[in-house]
Amino acid sequence: METLLYLIITLIKIVLIVVPLLLCVAYLTYAERKIIGYMQVRIGPNRVNFSAIPGLRKIPGFGQPIADALKLMFKEIIIPTNSDRFLFVIAPMLVMAPALAAWAVIPFSEGGWVLADINAGLLYILAMTSMGVYGILIAGWASNSKYAFLSTMRSAAQIISYEIAMGFALVGVLMAAGSLNLSDIVAAQKGSLLHWYWLPLLPLLFIYFISGLAETNRAPFDLAEGESEIVAGFHVEYSGMLFAVFFMAEYANMILISTLSAVMFLGGWLSPFEGIELLLGENWFTALLTRASFLWLAIKISLFLFLFLWIRATFPRYRYDQLMRLGWKVFIPITLVWIVVLGIAILAEIPPWFA
Amino acid sequence: MKAIKDYIKRLFLLELRDGLKVTGRYLFDKKITVQYPDERTPQSHRFRGRHALRRYPNGEERCIACKLCEAVCPALAITIEAAPRPDGTRRTTRYEIDLTKCIFCGLCEESCPVDSIVETRVFEYSGEQRGDLLMTKEKLLAAGEQLEKQLAADKALDRSYR
Repeated sequence: METLLYLIITLIKIVLIVVPLLLCVAYLTYAERKIIGYMQVRIGPNRVNFSAIPGLRKIPGFGQPIADALKLMFKEIIIPTNSDRFLFVIAPMLVMAPALAAWAVIPFSEGGWVLADINAGLLYILAMTSMGVYGILIAGWASNSKYAFLSTMRSAAQIISYEIAMGFALVGVLMAAGSLNLSDIVAAQKGSLLHWYWLPLLPLLFIYFISGLAETNRAPFDLAEGESEIVAGFHVEYSGMLFAVFFMAEYANMILISTLSAVMFLGGWLSPFEGIELLLGENWFTALLTRASFLWLAIKISLFLFLFLWIRATFPRYRYDQLMRLGWKVFIPITLVWIVVLGIAILAEIPPWFA
Repeated sequence: MKAIKDYIKRLFLLELRDGLKVTGRYLFDKKITVQYPDERTPQSHRFRGRHALRRYPNGEERCIACKLCEAVCPALAITIEAAPRPDGTRRTTRYEIDLTKCIFCGLCEESCPVDSIVETRVFEYSGEQRGDLLMTKEKLLAAGEQLEKQLAADKALDRSYR
């Protein structure tokens, strides 16, 4: 009985995480099209008008993600004759599942707002985000298409190069926090804006975020997709809902990387105004400002997501050798050096972070 | 020295920051999109759209079958056959423009000594089957009759430049 109850509660929690996440994914695509459109002096989607709350003014294009989802749902799924049918169908799920599973250990707010508060949270994240690439490899291989195969090779090489730098960046975080548990990592950053790890781990934050761009196959590291070179890369042969799952996984991964950056470097749910009561005195206003809540995390995630879109609108795609050079000859040495610097800083107990 | 400078620029992503600044500025710029079916961009009186054959105010067709347009057409889209009419004047018996060949260069209009063949402002047209985009003499004359007011006004605007 107790086990059953536990199971049901866990299931409810999972739904509470996954459903808003998928909604966010849908509206991230809308945000992307709008923001990139605005940066290109266009206005973006504005045809499917829809109001978020009935009766309110309709927002141009706000129904676009829903219209797109409906369209994709009713499209035929074409499976190429010479493809490996089983792997072809299972590949999108292999991409989607880790992208969603990784959310299990993300702490959303203070006081145990996390599905699975495990000690090795960071390791779990590392494992899950690396798993996603398997789906891409399998998709490219199962399609039995030249373009998809080329994309798969690119993707494999890219992930190998960037996984290491990403791992080292996480090593920096775990050294600073002294814990692999994500809630503990956030708790260790408590204090004020300056106590967050973005300051002592600034190079690692940059490297983590850029590796995250590479990990999610986003511009300027979208070699695996490379529209202008290899059509669409690993998902050329996919159509309908199978394609949509790849698409959703990519955006879910973007949100995941942004969340992780926020949790590990920008103090997760902590308020940026912590410590302001020393300046303004304690009253209801400062109490409200300094309250730790999910809202702060959401704002930080949005910040990183905006950066994702901004970068996509700005930079051209990396050439393959440049990508490799950046990964092996720039990121890995920098992370290694910074880990040593960080070790010295921790031994010297430099305040305010390591005291 | 320059090498070191460049290295520092690259290491601290300074050039990338400059690039981001540009797109960041455009994010708040005025958007230049024209919502096409609802809004339209202004058209020049020299706009080169689908063709038409004009008539004189008394109803006589202008074309005298000199075949200058046929000769000048770089895409070989114009086909003309001519014969004398019972009243002794030389007229076309066949005047066809294949719009699938036409490149809308406007040379036919320029070469015409009697302002007969003109390119109108019509650019939204389509054909549903083969031959729909072959403008026969009847179709061209009908288009000319329908648009005569506009065509005359456009020609008048352009007079001092010709």
